[in-house]
Amino acid sequence: MAGWFARGRTSLVGRLLGTFIRQSRTVAGILVWIGLAVILAILVMGILAPFIAPFDPNTKVGATELPPGGPFVMGTDRAGQDVLSRIIWGARVPLAIVAVSTTISLAIGLPLGLLSGFAGGRLDRVILLVMDSIYAFPGLLLAIAIAAVIGRGILNISFAIAVVYIPTYFRVIRNHVTSVKQEPYVEAAVALGMSRTRVIGRYVFPNVAQNIPVIFSVNAADAILTEAGLAVLGLGLPPGIPDWGFDISLNWQRFDVSWWATFFPGLFILILTTALTFVGEGLNDILNPLLRKKEQAAVAEA
Amino acid sequence: MSALLEVKHLSVTFETPQGNVHAVQDVDLTIERGSTVGLVGESGCGKSTLGRAILRLHPRNASVQGSIRFAGRDLLALPPREVRDLRGRNLAMIFQDPMTRLDPLMRIRDHFIETIRAHDPTVEKKEALERARKVLADVRVPSDRLGMYPHELSGGMRQRIMIALCLLFKPALLIADEPTTALDVILEAQILELLRSIMKEYNMAVLLITHNLGLVAEFADRVAVMYAGHLAEEGATIPLFREPRHPYTQGLLASVIDLETTQLYSVPGAPPTLLGRSEGCPFYPRCEKRMDVCKTVYPEMRPVGDDRRAVACHLY
Repeated sequence: MAGWFARGRTSLVGRLLGTFIRQSRTVAGILVWIGLAVILAILVMGILAPFIAPFDPNTKVGATELPPGGPFVMGTDRAGQDVLSRIIWGARVPLAIVAVSTTISLAIGLPLGLLSGFAGGRLDRVILLVMDSIYAFPGLLLAIAIAAVIGRGILNISFAIAVVYIPTYFRVIRNHVTSVKQEPYVEAAVALGMSRTRVIGRYVFPNVAQNIPVIFSVNAADAILTEAGLAVLGLGLPPGIPDWGFDISLNWQRFDVSWWATFFPGLFILILTTALTFVGEGLNDILNPLLRKKEQAAVAEA
Repeated sequence: MSALLEVKHLSVTFETPQGNVHAVQDVDLTIERGSTVGLVGESGCGKSTLGRAILRLHPRNASVQGSIRFAGRDLLALPPREVRDLRGRNLAMIFQDPMTRLDPLMRIRDHFIETIRAHDPTVEKKEALERARKVLADVRVPSDRLGMYPHELSGGMRQRIMIALCLLFKPALLIADEPTTALDVILEAQILELLRSIMKEYNMAVLLITHNLGLVAEFADRVAVMYAGHLAEEGATIPLFREPRHPYTQGLLASVIDLETTQLYSVPGAPPTLLGRSEGCPFYPRCEKRMDVCKTVYPEMRPVGDDRRAVACHLY
């Protein structure tokens, strides 16, 4: 099945995909498939929101706090808005924020990690120190601080979350680079006259790239929780944009009366983060079998 | 015409938390165009460090003193950009462990393309592959190997490919750092035979770094013997092997098994640590012919006899 693929793959993406397809029948592969299916479903839900949502998410469409049933499948909330419609529209927010924030984190963390790891010496120590001080800060607290300073909006929230996760990308890439640059083939490449940029771009980067999808999916789950946390604390998006985290903050104090208005948004946050974690953990197993073995050995020793 | 490579008073010192390690001290070495020089010595005597220093591949914590003149230019004074361009183009190096010298994620063809583009960024893929096929034919590797990944090839095949990568730009000097140590005897003979024919074809000089005396005897025009970072003896291969002068060279040659008696000689003691500077002859503690002067005065390299030999020993 993977034969046609193995023949033509030269690119990095092709290589990663090839590994993935060959592993797709293992437990890890199945986890990834389930996760991807769920994420895709939520994505489609968000994109098709105008067509599938039964009501406008931002207007009072019925009595307040109606239990699930009748025209309101998941009931209505304190403001008399349809919970289901808000959930359908709300799917857009976490996905947009994940996409934007991880792109920013990656765009800054990856090059810094490559540079710092490869250059070593004083430059490495300075960058490490800066990154460590960001990392040492509790993530949510840092995001709160940044969000409070730069204000609301999808881009602003994404940026606040991105800053929190830059050190994760940086660290994993940087540490892997420090070991890859010791590899004999890197010295051989230098001995053949390669420039620094060529060595990093063609020899080092492809050998550390396997980390990216793993950090990406693990961070994505975390980013959604951080976004929801910001929303619950009132630092989320401006009102008018349906958002699962905002819905929780609006309704949780009335949980004993209208549990559905809090429960369903929470459930969807849980489903989406679990799906992302499935993808992350599954990819980690598939793309990093060596790492896995080392971890197991360490556990066995301890 | 001047020599291709002239190393003068070369010292390489590593700064470590335990102190300075003097890996190479005051070494002179000359290689003529198209000739082969064998650099022998036991493990850790600084021979690989010397080879790497010529390509300026030494790590950051190493300081290099002296001069390395290659085709009239002092490599130690050149800006890094020019050294980079010399590497792989005029000066190339192959290593001991061919199994790990090729990027496991890169097809053989991409190794060639990258190497060519490092020096000639405008070369088209097609032309690069054409050039790759030509050098592969020279190292007797079928060109269908270009589509393979390194793990699909044997050690001997990978060493041939490393050599082919070095040959792309017809370098004037190839530094071969124990090129056959990781290979079995049959492959060793094949690789050496290959190197010999390529040297002729490309008019290339080779610095053969090895601890294998048989290899040197068969292959090299001249031999330099290193001990503890210093040169002990240097001369034309056959006279040096017939009549070694330095007690260390004598010991080294005696350590080769004698098939008549099946006795194996070994030089007593162990090589000294290179940490910190020592006085006198570095071989003093192990030498069977030591004198009082050896303990305090370092013997300079001096010409001995009439066969263009130089020896660093107070006996002469």
